[in-house]
Amino acid sequence: MLCRKLLGRCALRKGEVTLQNVRTAAHFTYLPQTPNPALGDTTKLNMFQSINNAMDIAMEKDSSAVLFGEDVAFGGVFRCSLGLQDKYGSARVFNTPLTEQGIIGFGIGVAAAGTTAIAEIQFADYIFPGFDQLVNEAAKYRYRSGNEYNCGGLTVRAPWGAVGHGALYHSQSPEAFFAHCPGLKVVIPRGPTQAKGLLLSCIRDQNPCIFFEPKILYRIAAEEVPVTDYTIPLSQAEVLREGSDVTMIGWGTVVHVLLEVAQMAHDELGVSCEVIDLQTIMPYDSETIEKSVKKTGKAMVVHEAPLTQGFGAELAARLQEECFLHLEAPIQRVTGWDTPFPYIYEPFYLPDKWRCFDTVKKLVDYM
Amino acid sequence: MIQVARKVKNFGAFYQRALGFHHDSVRDEPAPYPGVKTEFTKEMRFILPEEVPTIPIYRVLNSQGKVINPDHDPGFEKEDLVEMYKVMVKTSIMDRILYQSQRQGRISFYMTNFGEEATQIGSARALKFKDVVFPQYREAGVFLWRGYTPLECMHQCFGTSKDFGKGKQMPVHYTGAKVNIQAVSSPLGTQIPQAAGYAYALKQRDRDACAVCYFGEGAASEGDCHSAMNMAATLDCPIMFFCRNNGYAISTATKDQYRGDGIASRGIGYGIPAIRFDGNDLFAVYNATKAARKLCVEEQRPVVLEAMTYRVGHHSTSDDSTAYRSVDEVKHWDTVDTPINRIRNYLTGRAWWDETQEKEFRSNARGEILRGFKEAENTKLPNPLLIFDEVWDELPVQLQAQKDELIKHCMKYGENYPLQNHEEMK
Repeated sequence: MLCRKLLGRCALRKGEVTLQNVRTAAHFTYLPQTPNPALGDTTKLNMFQSINNAMDIAMEKDSSAVLFGEDVAFGGVFRCSLGLQDKYGSARVFNTPLTEQGIIGFGIGVAAAGTTAIAEIQFADYIFPGFDQLVNEAAKYRYRSGNEYNCGGLTVRAPWGAVGHGALYHSQSPEAFFAHCPGLKVVIPRGPTQAKGLLLSCIRDQNPCIFFEPKILYRIAAEEVPVTDYTIPLSQAEVLREGSDVTMIGWGTVVHVLLEVAQMAHDELGVSCEVIDLQTIMPYDSETIEKSVKKTGKAMVVHEAPLTQGFGAELAARLQEECFLHLEAPIQRVTGWDTPFPYIYEPFYLPDKWRCFDTVKKLVDYM
Repeated sequence: MIQVARKVKNFGAFYQRALGFHHDSVRDEPAPYPGVKTEFTKEMRFILPEEVPTIPIYRVLNSQGKVINPDHDPGFEKEDLVEMYKVMVKTSIMDRILYQSQRQGRISFYMTNFGEEATQIGSARALKFKDVVFPQYREAGVFLWRGYTPLECMHQCFGTSKDFGKGKQMPVHYTGAKVNIQAVSSPLGTQIPQAAGYAYALKQRDRDACAVCYFGEGAASEGDCHSAMNMAATLDCPIMFFCRNNGYAISTATKDQYRGDGIASRGIGYGIPAIRFDGNDLFAVYNATKAARKLCVEEQRPVVLEAMTYRVGHHSTSDDSTAYRSVDEVKHWDTVDTPINRIRNYLTGRAWWDETQEKEFRSNARGEILRGFKEAENTKLPNPLLIFDEVWDELPVQLQAQKDELIKHCMKYGENYPLQNHEEMK
């Protein structure tokens, strides 16, 4: 019954939309960043190139730095390490056997010896054999030794998030697992410029960092990226669009969804949305989001990961504690459903612009 | 009859000599320590892996398809062997069509089995149906041999409403309850300890069945593989660890994957019988798997099998292997030494198969697969609400609420979703 209604509303003639153009179309429009003139010359890079550039700079300036993981020698499956073995040699850029627990444990050891370690896990979905090494070892290396030892020189990079057809094991967003583990830093960029600056910060930060790279952006996100060696501070959110009615918080790919929704809300509803890219998931910048929510009184958090125990739960709880008297509506979470990430159903699974737009309406109509 | 080479008289002394110890130096007095069963020696000696003999590769057919040891011809009836050959060819035809269809953007992803057809069909033929298979992801031939149809494969690759997995997994992640094969999972090596556990449970109820676990030499580097082999050995699990050593894990060649004598040598370290054989030789694969199965089931203990083969295709459609291996290297394995040509040479040599049959079979198989392809391509995708089903055995209230939310959302915003491609949302 329901579906007849649905189909009635959106009956498309056969062939009008093919399976394929629906399946492979990105669910957002990438908005390139305007370069900061203070950082000088720029060059057009997509995200895998800017990550490559960040690692190149890191390895050039820090002669101890090593880069390793599965298939990194020939450039990595997403081409992030392309050309780096030729430039820095096979002692510094190398393939490992296929073992994530080994890669991360090895990285901890490399870092504990005072050498900068950049470890690649081929997909964030495959990080879990290394969970013990990250949670019980990397995160506690400093704490358990009274700061005699640390593995702060370790950065673990991994492709992350939805990609259009990745299904259960090539789409996950596992940041909340690691945010629940004091001692780790978790960082997620929204595009090439952020990726370069934030990755350089992670590599140089004196704490083990997990750097999740929205894999759908590797190729489609291209913009003018400063050529110079620059860093973007960790634990600082960025307000990308100022607004007065609703605060929208996200990270990674969904930031672009939110920017589009903010424009839609402005054009269609006359609603002014403030868009914040959290950037560092842990330890996160509560000051920036609290300030915004105290101003707007309405907040929504958006992530691709499932709803329950997603990082949105932490932000909603914190905002409720800190901004209670300013809130004019319940804080909303727009997220993936509490299911594994399903293949053919991806368009129905993601917190896309229509679900976000509807949530903005819900927030402004609340009474 | 083929004998499994395993009883060497005075094996201890033989092995110690193979490791470089002079027999005289070993005192024939058992060592008292609980950790090992051995003797003392006067010699201080490191075991250098490069000095230990490597495990040779058992084969029956040479690369031209000639039997090199007639005693080891498995003696298949004509129809039986022709059927095996047909499934090998069908697997490769299906691979070619689905690979091309991905290139045309009609399915999102594919992984071919090129070059590993004998490894798959030869081993599958040596099993009993009640032997459970734990696959990795490059075993389409095993699925087809056991009765999965190309049409069923294609429903899975398109994620249609007729896919047994209900469109939830990526292409080639078949689930095969009807053929006693567990569902494919992308993470590597995770199936190996599961197969050991399954074998342990199987042992409690059927002493004539085993678990067969396929994995690549890359997956053998995962910690799961170590745990699996050690647990299977200590718990006497009837499991065949079937390693397809095809030379590459995506771009990583075996020289970056291990430094020991392949995967078979590890069996010895765990106390598990092991064999290495030519995976491009259908007869060797069959003989070795059959003998391994006998050992596994009769003695209720694990066996390690290492099939030496070559991954002729790219790792997947997401990979371009010309970036890390030479075209000539691939060409050799694709044209000169292929498992399909080898067995065809044998068949034609016995006048069991000829050019006319070959052409006719290929054309029919191609037709069948293309018809299936069209059918799957034109089949509706599942009801979108199946997203929420089968996460748990029953739908919890929180998830029911989310399901209701999606229904409500689609009523309002349905025109923005590909509902017309799916079965009715109800």
